Amino acid sequence: MTSVSALEAHGLAKRFGRRRPPALDDCSFRLPAGRICAVVGPNGAGKSTLLALAAGLLRPSAGALRVLGAEPAAVRERMAYVAQDKPLYGQLTVAQTLAAGAELNPGRWDASAAAAVVEAGPLDPKARVRTLSGGQRTRLALALALGKRPELLLLDEPMADLDPLARHQLMGTLMADAAEHGTTVVMSSHILTELEGACDYLLLVAGGRVRLGGGIDDLLAAHRLLTGPVADLAPHTVVESRTTGRQLTALVRQDGPVDAGSWSTAEPSLEELLLAHLRAPEAPPLLTPSATPSSPEGVAA
Amino acid sequence: MVEFRIDRRSGVATYLQIVQQTKQALRLGLLEPGDRLPTAREVVQATAINPNTVLKAYRELEREGLVEARRGLGTFVRATLGGGASAAGSPLHDELADWARRAREAGLEREDMAALLTSVLDDTYRTPGARRTQQGDENA
Repeated sequence: MTSVSALEAHGLAKRFGRRRPPALDDCSFRLPAGRICAVVGPNGAGKSTLLALAAGLLRPSAGALRVLGAEPAAVRERMAYVAQDKPLYGQLTVAQTLAAGAELNPGRWDASAAAAVVEAGPLDPKARVRTLSGGQRTRLALALALGKRPELLLLDEPMADLDPLARHQLMGTLMADAAEHGTTVVMSSHILTELEGACDYLLLVAGGRVRLGGGIDDLLAAHRLLTGPVADLAPHTVVESRTTGRQLTALVRQDGPVDAGSWSTAEPSLEELLLAHLRAPEAPPLLTPSATPSSPEGVAA
Repeated sequence: MVEFRIDRRSGVATYLQIVQQTKQALRLGLLEPGDRLPTAREVVQATAINPNTVLKAYRELEREGLVEARRGLGTFVRATLGGGASAAGSPLHDELADWARRAREAGLEREDMAALLTSVLDDTYRTPGARRTQQGDENA
């Protein structure tokens, strides 16, 4: 793998207090630059912690996270982060917020990109931020993020407040930005359907660990849904299996050919893949080659 | 120019939907050689799908010799499908329309006609040698 990494984690861990279980524990993964990555997992899985670590707002308790090949704090100008609660200044107007964005990002502010997102709302430039609805605040926060013209865009639950039309439109805007500038986008959600279709890369986070990482096509192709008579599934790795009478249904990671005579096989849908892994926390994690970090020597911080 | 309609519940891979809709537009004469396909940016802005999906579809169309990418200019149609013979107003189209009219007069329902057409197509493409021209788009 010679392509540039947008994110690269080695043994990354984050604890909030000694008594509580770690929010993230021993996470190692890689996200190649230029991908649109979904960070999915149940509530409390560690998604927001992961994004805040990438944004440089939190420090790891152990391990290291490299962002665009450097320490997060060193590349703050080259990335944009939109937190789940969309922090904005309530007393500023929409126009003043955009002016502040220009002021705070000298040399890289793209006023027309930011204005286009706001105008598509449309948001009244004279409206104060505190009078905006949740969805309108999201739009303004995304306008600020895109106006910064980042190489890496970190979005924590970006679509949660949006109605279906605004969601489709803003997702289209994000995808267009990625198509034009090659922006790497990382979006978290606990609702898969929000992100399916837009994302081509996946990190499944559950219980503070990365359970699956890789290109979505590669991850799907690595798994098979088998239906057939009850039998030993070796040498395949079984993620989950269920027996109903004489019939066995299993999601496996394929190791060698599957006996097509007695089994009916299908590629799982993304939803089937994720649900099977969430129901089976004991299943071993899987990182595809592109999601596997390089040897740790290079990142000793 | 064509506009792609992505159906996420169809079970057909998104890139294949783009490939199939482009081929359909070529068959119907809605796209002709020299026409430019929408850019990846234009497609994803309208559909909110992943840019790499569009590029994958265009690469597939390029591999089949139907379009060509011109650096910095866009992706352009190189060839038609069905020789334009299936466009509305063509002799083959008119003959089929005439046949459908007569079938209806003979009391056939829409489903009966579709079944009949499918069975004739199956017979036509069962003969060896005729199969190669029909590969490609339906093998999802």
